[in-house]
Order: sequence, then structure tokens, then C-alpha cells
Amino acid sequence: MSKYLPKQADLIREMEEKPSPLKGDHAKEEWWEMPVEFREGNFCFAAKPEVIEELGFPNPRKWIATDDDWKLPDGWQKTLMEGMRERIKKYRSLKLYLDSCVRCGACADKCHFFLGTGDPKNMPVLRAELVRSVYRGDFPMVEKILKGFAGSRKLTKEVLREWYMYFYQCTECRRCSVFCPMGIDTAEITIMVREILQLIGLNNNWILAPVANCNRTGNHLGIEPHTFVQNIESLVDDIEELTGVTVNPTFNRKGAEILFITPSGDVFGDPGVYTMMGYMLLFEHIGLDYTISTYASEGGNFGFFTSNDMMRKLNAKMYHEAERLGVKWILGGECGHMWRVVHQYMSTMNGPANFLEEPASPITGTKFTNAKATKMVHIAEFTADLIHNSKLKLDPKRNDHLRTTFHDSCNVARGMGMFEEPRYVLNKVCNSFHEMPENTIREQTFCCGSGSGINAEEYMEMRMKGGFPRANAVSKVKEKHKVNSLVTICAIDRASLPPLMRYWNPGVSVYGLHELVGNALVMQGEKKRTEDLREDPMTGFDDKEDDVD
Amino acid sequence: MKKIMLPLAMVAVLALVPFIGVQYAGLDYLFGVVIPYAAAALFMAGFVYRMVDWLRRPVPYNITSTCGQEKSLDWIKQDRIESPSKPWHAAVRVLSEVLLFRSLFRNNKAEFRNGPDLAYGSSKWLWLGGLVFHWSMLVIVVRHARFFFAMPPGFVDVLDQMDSFFDITLPAFYITDALVLLAITFLFVRRMADAKMRIISLPTDYFPLFLLGGIVGAGVLMRYIAKVDVMPVKDQMLRLMSFSFDPPGEIGALFYVHLFLVCVLLLYFPFSKLMHMGAIFLSPTRTMLNNSREKMHVNPWRQPMKIRTYAEYEDDYREKMKKAKLPLEKE
Repeated sequence: MSKYLPKQADLIREMEEKPSPLKGDHAKEEWWEMPVEFREGNFCFAAKPEVIEELGFPNPRKWIATDDDWKLPDGWQKTLMEGMRERIKKYRSLKLYLDSCVRCGACADKCHFFLGTGDPKNMPVLRAELVRSVYRGDFPMVEKILKGFAGSRKLTKEVLREWYMYFYQCTECRRCSVFCPMGIDTAEITIMVREILQLIGLNNNWILAPVANCNRTGNHLGIEPHTFVQNIESLVDDIEELTGVTVNPTFNRKGAEILFITPSGDVFGDPGVYTMMGYMLLFEHIGLDYTISTYASEGGNFGFFTSNDMMRKLNAKMYHEAERLGVKWILGGECGHMWRVVHQYMSTMNGPANFLEEPASPITGTKFTNAKATKMVHIAEFTADLIHNSKLKLDPKRNDHLRTTFHDSCNVARGMGMFEEPRYVLNKVCNSFHEMPENTIREQTFCCGSGSGINAEEYMEMRMKGGFPRANAVSKVKEKHKVNSLVTICAIDRASLPPLMRYWNPGVSVYGLHELVGNALVMQGEKKRTEDLREDPMTGFDDKEDDVD
Repeated sequence: MKKIMLPLAMVAVLALVPFIGVQYAGLDYLFGVVIPYAAAALFMAGFVYRMVDWLRRPVPYNITSTCGQEKSLDWIKQDRIESPSKPWHAAVRVLSEVLLFRSLFRNNKAEFRNGPDLAYGSSKWLWLGGLVFHWSMLVIVVRHARFFFAMPPGFVDVLDQMDSFFDITLPAFYITDALVLLAITFLFVRRMADAKMRIISLPTDYFPLFLLGGIVGAGVLMRYIAKVDVMPVKDQMLRLMSFSFDPPGEIGALFYVHLFLVCVLLLYFPFSKLMHMGAIFLSPTRTMLNNSREKMHVNPWRQPMKIRTYAEYEDDYREKMKKAKLPLEKE
């Protein structure tokens, strides 16, 4: 167990005993009088100097948030204020969302970090006020006449510490924006603040190291081409051992019909690899003409948590590689923020992709008209279409050992609007599916607590707090329906939900949707299956049946 | 509670200024002609400026917040309002926000219980209070058309009659007068009573509430208690509407309190959070279409960018790629 993970009893005591406006306790001081305390477990490590240098970002140095001296560059206030002003000019959203909040409080208890910590500055309205208060001070005349009235303040070191703390306690999940009568999206503000904090060297190693890796090697985990291939080949061996079927992925192959891109977590991380095995079984099952790239070997995009330029730079590889390989269109694996980027930013940033064709399923002929500009299709859309057209031979009983619930990933839910496809697929590949309570799913889904690049080991305490609302919702279906499997379509979820479940809901395992598809697929020439892709025994398929036969 | 007392004191002083000015200093002309013209002009100029200032800023990316099923496969039902793909879907979405407070209707209240446990209860009071407040204000403003036009349009009369349905006082009692006062009280009390609301509230949140309370209060006093003669008031408003600079007739000082506070509101409006009235029509998360994969959204300030190309990548890893039998561009 991580040394950054508090004992559950201690954490619960803190949650229950610490006064908080969440529980109706009136605060004794105003929010701007509350001190900001960095201590082990509530901040992520700063990016290493060599990572910053590799990326060409400003102010590379060794420092940690608990230091008194953050070694800020001279004139950092000016840099930040100018950075903010520039972005206010370039983004209507930012200006509008700084201007139009009426502090009605509808968002206040919607943030998973507020629900998990009770910290008033985690109410979305106050998170934004951390910036608004400085922005309002940007109009000195108003402030001179109405001192104290407008609630404005100067950009001091203490304010900076607040920004660094609380804009990394926002996972850009957009849940608050669903409830805001003005449609204010705190993610827009968080994205901009993180972007300007980079200008003076305030950052997060868990984000920037993957960014540097992705730029250099093609993927966040920094896997070089030969290792990438080896790893997938070892998954191919596992599949063969388990099912007796040989799948044949190809790499960097010119002339393939489809380029398949998925988060590198699916290639290297447990339990993501089982999802990868599911994809490969599916593609083998339908005889898809696809290839995987080692250069564009990352679906995810930690640039999104860094700056819009960095997001664009990393994303550009997808089209660049698709054009080089001469594929017709791109198929994307299960991932949350990857799909926010692909769905809402990709064509704007790096399009138009006229060298690709309007995506159509080679198996069913279905045209994916909703992706005709970006030319990239989500695997859940693709698979749902296959199942709807009866192109897959499925035996959902093979997932009878799993009693499932489905976690909508924030980005796919609120930044794409994909709710039905994964549910349709899930219901076709398993027999036991139970929804979590209605205020915790679909557009109201809760973040895993570790999104937007804060999935760091040293941040465990905050992650367990931020993930509490999600875990709590899972516990309801665990109690009521004996759910033991949390199915997701997000690689960050697959990495972050297992520790969250171990902490709050032991006995619940985390699965990718296509892992269950892989379990259920009846492959041609397969041997008798008694174990699922992670070698857990299936119910009703054990050797005893052989005796009966 | 400084953040409550300061705006309260401000409104009290602002209410006294015209009272003293008219009652004791005979400044009828200043408060009846000069300030109203100035306030109206600044309000209009300020409002337009703020709207133009927002509109001239680009919307570089499509950032629709999708609160319902996207348009995808034919057999999957799209939520056309919460995940709009055509302009009229988005128009319905925005108008239902403006007219019905659609997103606020979703509101729920999270409750933390020991265990630890979270429960989510229905919470429609803010939606109801907000809706009553805004609609009452609108009806009241429209009703006032009878002061500004010699012959107000027909619907104003209808509205007036509906509003005075409970004909229990003389002059007839307006339902909206009571509703708006109730709503203002509710909005104020929840800012005080709820721990979350109290800590997020700023003086600029209380000020408009007190100011509107003052305006409505002065109006109600004039109508039902002090019974200020309305004929010279109407004459003066008609004169203002015809851009006349003639001095006002004999009107009770209470009217000037009402009028001056309205002028303060007009002046304050464009430079405050009250501009949410215009902003709600522009919010990109609600106005944009969830069709960003179907139709390329153009970023007007996009510049060419240098990326790490495949060629550079292959140069760095050629030997390793060769060993892994990966196809190469250059051997």
C-alpha cells in the first residue's frame, strides 16, 4: 500500500468530523482568508527539469510544492496577467465565464472533489472565483472606487499557491457545467489556468513526463517501437493460449483499410491489456483489415492537460500517420479524454483530413455520418453497429461470473454525448447489468477522481477523496445487486478505479467494455473456453461439464 | 457581516439621496430629468458594449456540453435538445434555459452522512424561486409600459388585468408585487442560511437584491400606502419618452426614490453580474452544436505548427524498428 494512502479509518474520521459547508457548518472566515497548506498527499510532484527542458517549457528547476521558495522567475505576476489577458482575447468562453457567474450556488455540491473533501474552495463557483477575484482587480478604477465591494484581490504568492492547488483538484470533468444555468464550464477556466501556470514553471510531472514521452516515442508510457510490438505480440500469445485462436495484428502497414489507435495503457497496463485482447479478438472475428502504428501509438493526449498547443501537437500525429499509411479512416479505442480531444478538437486543430474517406464499416456497410469530417469512429459505435447487424457470434453466458455496472467516463459523457452505444454493447455481451443511482450516471456521472493527469501515486489521498462519490455510487449497486464488476470505456479509469475500488469497495474489479466483448465472442476454431481473458474461471463452463458430456 | 451590511448601507444611502435632494434641496430637475436620461443612455450604451465585447471574441473550439445522447447510429435515439446537432435544437436548448431555467430544474442537493455516505435529494427551490423572481420582474417591467406610452399596447392591459386578478385592495393589488418581494426574500435568506451560499456570496450578490428590494419597496409604498398621485408621474415619463427637457410637475419625493434607484440599477447593470441577462444567450457550451465530428469547426486564429514527424521518429528508432521487422520508409 502506498505511503501516500491514509488508513481508511483516519480518512473517514476526517470526512465525518471536519466541519464543512457540505455538512451545513458555517465557516468562521471568508474563503480568501483560509490558508493554503501543501502537505504530503495533497499535491503532485513538479515536473523534472530534464522533462521541462525536453519540451522547451519555461523555468526548468528542481522544486516541490512544500518548499517555501518556488523559485519563480522574475516578473511572474506580469507573465501570468499577460497570459490571462491574451487568452481572454482569444477565447469568448473564458471571458464570458469570468463575467457572467451570479453565484447562485447550483454547482456548489456537484463537484466530486467538494463532496469528497468538503473544502469550500472545491465548490466550482469558488474555484472560478480564485481567478475571477484577480480578474476583477484587473480593472483598477472600479476597485479604487469600490474597495472591498467587488471582492477583488491582487495576484500574490498566496493566491498563486491557491491556483496551483485547486486547479489540480479539478479534473475538467464538466459535471458542474451540466447544472449551471449559464452553462459556465469550470473546465474552460481550469484549462486556461493550467496553461498559464506552465508559463512560469508550475506543473505536474505525472502530466509532463507522459507528454514528453508521447512526443518522442509516440506514446505516454515512453514505449519504443520494438517494445511496443513485443508487448502486443505477447498479448497475441496469451490469446492463443486461452482461446486457441491466433490473431494477427499488423504494425505500420501501408494500405490497411483502417488505422486503429488506442491509449497505450491498453498495451501496457493491467487491466487495460485485457481490453486490448478484446479488440484484437473482435478484429479477428470480423476479419478487419487494420493496422496499429508505433508512431501514433497513443490515443490519449496529456497535452490536453498542459496547453492547447501541446494538445494539438500530440494529436497531429494521428492524421499525419493516417495520411502516410494511406488508410481510409481511423478507429479509436476506449478512452475518455482522448475522445473529448478527438470529438471536439481534432478536426479544428489538425483538420481537414481530406486524404481520408468518410468512415463506413467494411462489415455492415453502415456509414458513420456523424464522423464524416473528423473521420474517426469510436469503437463502441463500431461494435454497437456490428451487433445491431448481427455480425458477431456472442455468448453472453461467458460473462455470467460478472455482475456489472457501467461507469460513464466524464469526457465521453459530457464532451461527446455517448451514452447508449456502450450500454447496448454491454447488454449484449453480459446477462447481469445494473445501473448506479440516477444522479451518478450518464450526464451526471462522477469522475473517477484521477482524471486530467492527477493519477499520480503521491496524490493517492486526494484521489481517494475525489473518487469517493463514484465509489459510493458503486457501493449502492454492490449492496443491492451484488455487482462485482465496474465496466468502463476509459483507460484512465482502468488505471485509477482499481485502487479506488480496493479502497472503498473491495471485491469490485474494473473491466474495459471490449474485454467483456472478447470474453463473449465465439471465435471460429476456438478451443473450449473455461476462463475469461484474465484467466478467471467462467461460471457454468468448468470442467465438470465435460464429465456430463 | 461586512459583506451584507456594506451593500445594505449603500442602498439606504442611495435611497436617501433623492429624498433629501428633492424634499430639501429642490433638485427635482436633476432627479427627474438629468439623471434618468443619463442612466438610460449609459445603460443602453453599456449593454451594447458588453454584448459586442463578448461577440467580437472568437470561439476557437467546439465545446458543447453534451447532456444527452449524441447523434450517431440511425437506430439510437438522439437527445436533440441536450445534444443538439441542428441550429433549431440549440435554439430550443438556449430558449428553454432563458425561459424555463432548464438546467436549474435538474438541480439536486447532495447530503453527506456518516458512514460515510452520500445521498442526492430533489432540490427545486432555487429553480422555483429564481423563476418566480425573474418572471415577476418581467411582468412588472412590462406593466410599467402604461407609464411610458399614452396608449400602451393591448397585451399590457391584459397582463395588467391578469396580474391584478385578486382585486382585494384599492388600487388593485398586483400578484407580482407580492411574488417578487417573496422571491427576493427567499434569494436573500438562502444566501444567509445555507452554509455553502454564505461563503460564496459577495457584496455584489447582496447589492442587487437590496437594490431591487428598495425599488419594489418604494413602488409598493407609493401605490398602496403613500398613494402618490400617478398622473404627474405619467406626464413626466411621457415627457422623457418624447425627449423633452421640460421640468417635472409636482410629484411626491417617494417617487424620486423609486426612480433614482431604478437609475442606479440601470447604471450598475452593464458593469455587473446582472449582465448574465445577455450572457445566457451566448454561452458556447449551450449555443454550440454537438456536430464537431460531422462538420469541421474553424478556429480563426489557428497558425501552422511544427510537429514531430514520422520521418524524425524513424530516424531516431530505425535500428530498433528494423530489428522488430517494422516496415521502414528509408532503409
